[in-house]
Amino acid sequence: MEWFDNGWGIALTVFLPLVGAVVLLAIPRAQEAALKWTALIFSGAAFVSGLALLFRFDFSRTGDLQLGANLNWIEAINARYHVGVDGISLPLVVLSVFITVLVVLYSWNHWPEPHNPKMLLALIMVIAVGMTGTFVALDLVLFFVFFEVVLLPMYFMIGIWGDRGVRHVPLFNWNIEMRLYASLKFFVFTLFGSAFMLLGFLALYFRSGDFLDHRTFDMLELAQLGSAGRFAGSFAFWVFFALFLGFAVKVPMWPLHTWLPDAHTAAPTIGSVILAAILLKLGTYAFIRISIPILPQEAKNWAWLIGVLAVIGIIYGSLACLAQTDMKRLIAYSSVGHMGFVMLGIATLTSIGINAAIIGMVAHGLITGLLFFLAGSMAHRYHTRDMGRLGGNMKLMPVMGVLLGFAAMASLGLPALAGFWGEFMALMASFNPLAGLDPTLFRGLMIAGAIGTVLTAGYMLWMLRSVNFGEPSDEWVGHDFHDVDAWEWLAWAPLVIATIAVGIYPRIVLGFTNDAVAQLVTRAFGG
Amino acid sequence: MIDYHALAPELILAVTVLAVLVTDLVVRSKVWVAVVALVGLFAAFVPILTLAFCEPLVGCTEVTRTMFLGSYVVDSYALVLKGLFIGTAFVAVLLSVDYIESDRYYEGEYFFLLLSAALGAVVMSSARDFVSIVVALELVSGPGFLLAGWRKADERSNEAALKFFISGVLALALLMFGVSLVYGLTGTQQFDQLAAASVQFVDLPLFTIGVLFILVGFGFKVSAVPFHYWTPDTYQGSPTPVTAWLAVGSKTAGFVGLLSIAFIAFPAMRDVWGPILWVVAAVTMVVGNVVAIKQTNIVRLLGYSSIAHAGFILAPFAAMAGASDAAMSQAFYAAVAYLLIYAVMNLGAFGVVIAGLSKVESAELTDWSGLFRHSPGLAVLLAGFFFSLAGIPPLAGWFAKLAMFQATIGSGTPWGYSIAVIAVLNSVVAIYYYAKPVKSAFFDEVPEGVSAAATPSVASPALKLALGLSIAGVVLLGIFPGLVAQLSRYTSEIIAAIF
Repeated sequence: MEWFDNGWGIALTVFLPLVGAVVLLAIPRAQEAALKWTALIFSGAAFVSGLALLFRFDFSRTGDLQLGANLNWIEAINARYHVGVDGISLPLVVLSVFITVLVVLYSWNHWPEPHNPKMLLALIMVIAVGMTGTFVALDLVLFFVFFEVVLLPMYFMIGIWGDRGVRHVPLFNWNIEMRLYASLKFFVFTLFGSAFMLLGFLALYFRSGDFLDHRTFDMLELAQLGSAGRFAGSFAFWVFFALFLGFAVKVPMWPLHTWLPDAHTAAPTIGSVILAAILLKLGTYAFIRISIPILPQEAKNWAWLIGVLAVIGIIYGSLACLAQTDMKRLIAYSSVGHMGFVMLGIATLTSIGINAAIIGMVAHGLITGLLFFLAGSMAHRYHTRDMGRLGGNMKLMPVMGVLLGFAAMASLGLPALAGFWGEFMALMASFNPLAGLDPTLFRGLMIAGAIGTVLTAGYMLWMLRSVNFGEPSDEWVGHDFHDVDAWEWLAWAPLVIATIAVGIYPRIVLGFTNDAVAQLVTRAFGG
Repeated sequence: MIDYHALAPELILAVTVLAVLVTDLVVRSKVWVAVVALVGLFAAFVPILTLAFCEPLVGCTEVTRTMFLGSYVVDSYALVLKGLFIGTAFVAVLLSVDYIESDRYYEGEYFFLLLSAALGAVVMSSARDFVSIVVALELVSGPGFLLAGWRKADERSNEAALKFFISGVLALALLMFGVSLVYGLTGTQQFDQLAAASVQFVDLPLFTIGVLFILVGFGFKVSAVPFHYWTPDTYQGSPTPVTAWLAVGSKTAGFVGLLSIAFIAFPAMRDVWGPILWVVAAVTMVVGNVVAIKQTNIVRLLGYSSIAHAGFILAPFAAMAGASDAAMSQAFYAAVAYLLIYAVMNLGAFGVVIAGLSKVESAELTDWSGLFRHSPGLAVLLAGFFFSLAGIPPLAGWFAKLAMFQATIGSGTPWGYSIAVIAVLNSVVAIYYYAKPVKSAFFDEVPEGVSAAATPSVASPALKLALGLSIAGVVLLGIFPGLVAQLSRYTSEIIAAIF
């Protein structure tokens, strides 16, 4: 297994879906079965390879980057193909390959219109490459490329298979189909952020050495320079700000979140699942992997602001949920709140807080993924997502109803389910933030966040009441709804199991992250 | 003694130009004319390889060859650009074959003119004095005027040629005036001597005016705002393959001239031309991008996009006031790298437009709606090239932008930082209009009355080859940009040699 540990394992996990995409393109469009099996085989192989990484990973030193490779890529600018996993990235890598398989399984008999499985599956494969690649990249240029690879397929996925309802945009006085509006907004917002992020990367590169040969894009070397205080003063401020723009759009943090409700609502079910489960994590992961280690001083200076914005996101997301009538849009807004908890955890800059963020990311991926699957399947059957018209789902589709109830409970942070740990630990961490941060402010944030959890419970229960309970409205009488089918079970059961498992035994995630995060915090802020 | 090895690309091209004319006289099927042109271009590429990889291939030691008392230099920089021009001409010929055939105009002469222009561009790469530069520039421009007006029954084509001609001649006049001032003051028109002489003339207003006139002359050629006004009309009215050549080959030739003048002849004057080009670059980016947003015609869209790209290519120049020598070589490299990638992706974009025009018979974006439904392959290529132009990884365009940002930020001057921010904002605006045609192609329904849905694919083998070469280039350079990044070594050698 020597070869596997020398970077090939990671390469397989990242690039097998790319091979899958090429193979898919070679298969004629009419042979749908072959297309589906190809996608399943390649995403499954990437998943197996991801699991194999777990077995080869040395858990006694989770803080070190392992199983990696460091090869020449663009020699002239010293950008390298440097990859590796540690306790922070490995759970997210596994989550990405896991969700990809589930998405392929789910799409087996759920094809959004216009049909074209060939193109849709190929796009899913390319997205998978970008997602896993971002989590393993240890070179800023490589990171940037993977970060952006995700963008185009998602744009097409929303734009082609998205919601065809017409939406009025008051600002420009447009009447435009949801899918067009949402895809464009997603695209422009993300690129706006990443353009500044790229400038920030370049600035770090130039400050990293005086001569060409000494300059580097390597995250580890930059982190060393960063904790040695090489990046300081207004330079550090501007770079931090540029990176912040790029990452905050992706998370998304209030007030840069407005693309999210539109994109998540307009995307086809599998698109929403990928967006919610993985893509949002690229931003939060980047805060942990790039901003904090490389610019620790600035992270410390601005943690209060990040914390405040995070809590505004929590409260705002929850309140916005209460105002929704569209079930999918409600779930989308709930993501704004949940990602607020993740950012609050990061803002405390403590070991507990960052652990909370990572377990919160994993939990949100599992739970919100499941919620979007359910919302998609229900919309598929009812042909509406309007909660005013839905109701009595427990009577029409009892199994689906139970699953929805389960996912909602998990999402509102019920103890013993995955969602609990992220919120609980984030609040706990804000009671006692990193020395040097204003404890009064963070305790205030803790209280506001706690109010947010109450609001979350409020809107989730409200959604359950209007969708699941009561009597079915007259328009559904006489319809025969088929309950959860086999492919849906295949896609959802693993999510349910994982949600319970992480909830009962959080060490599944924290076992990876604990030492790695402690080491990261020590390196960045000293003992 | 004349170094025939060093001049081989030019000589082979010159012979090919004549061979094309003769072939046109003796054969009936005009396809052979194109074949001769392609073979000639291919043959001209061979000596470029033997010159560039001198040591392993033919056993010589020195890559840089200086001829005619320093007026004509074949070095790595020149070779890269010669390769670029020959490749561009090759693809332009491939793009033209069917288009010209279906028009039933003079096919033989068409290729004769195209190759002459390519020869001019190749000469431009090596020109190191003003006389050679002017000769090369005219050899590029003259055929361009004629080619733009090729569809002589078409009013728009006539307009295109006339606008191009008048602005081109004006540009030449300004250029010549500037050259005469510089020559009058310094007594030399050779770049290596000017680089040394200009140091003592930096403060002389008349000399500055001369340099400015030269810059303005090239401003027309590279369609920098405010000298751009001829561009959209000329691009729209010309036959589309000619537009492809003008937007890539002819414009790059202009930039090469500008690069040689700014970085090789007048590096000492960078505090003078830097701020001026800062303004020009900023305005060019903004105007090109903002006006492109409103375009509904895909060829015009590419016209404004090429103006916007001119702004991006000028950005490294704009950062040079007060910059160090190392930053100079960085900027020089960034501009050349951008030109290379720009050529590949823009040729591809024009190829898609040419293929699409034969399919939907309209350049209006609304008629391109639903392209994905009836020509999925073409639609995917459209997305590939347009998103590359927008600079989205892993397509090649991202590396051009990266090199540009690297040069501007790396200059360490406020000019560099400010132009970088302007460029970032403009890149975001650009995404909107590059996404627009892709959006109509993929997301919209096929409009009523467009019969293209029924007709089978008509892309010819030549067009397919052109598109295949371009897309392979865009993807390869995007994933392995090291191929382009190698250039930085050569440019730093050149800059080091000057100081």
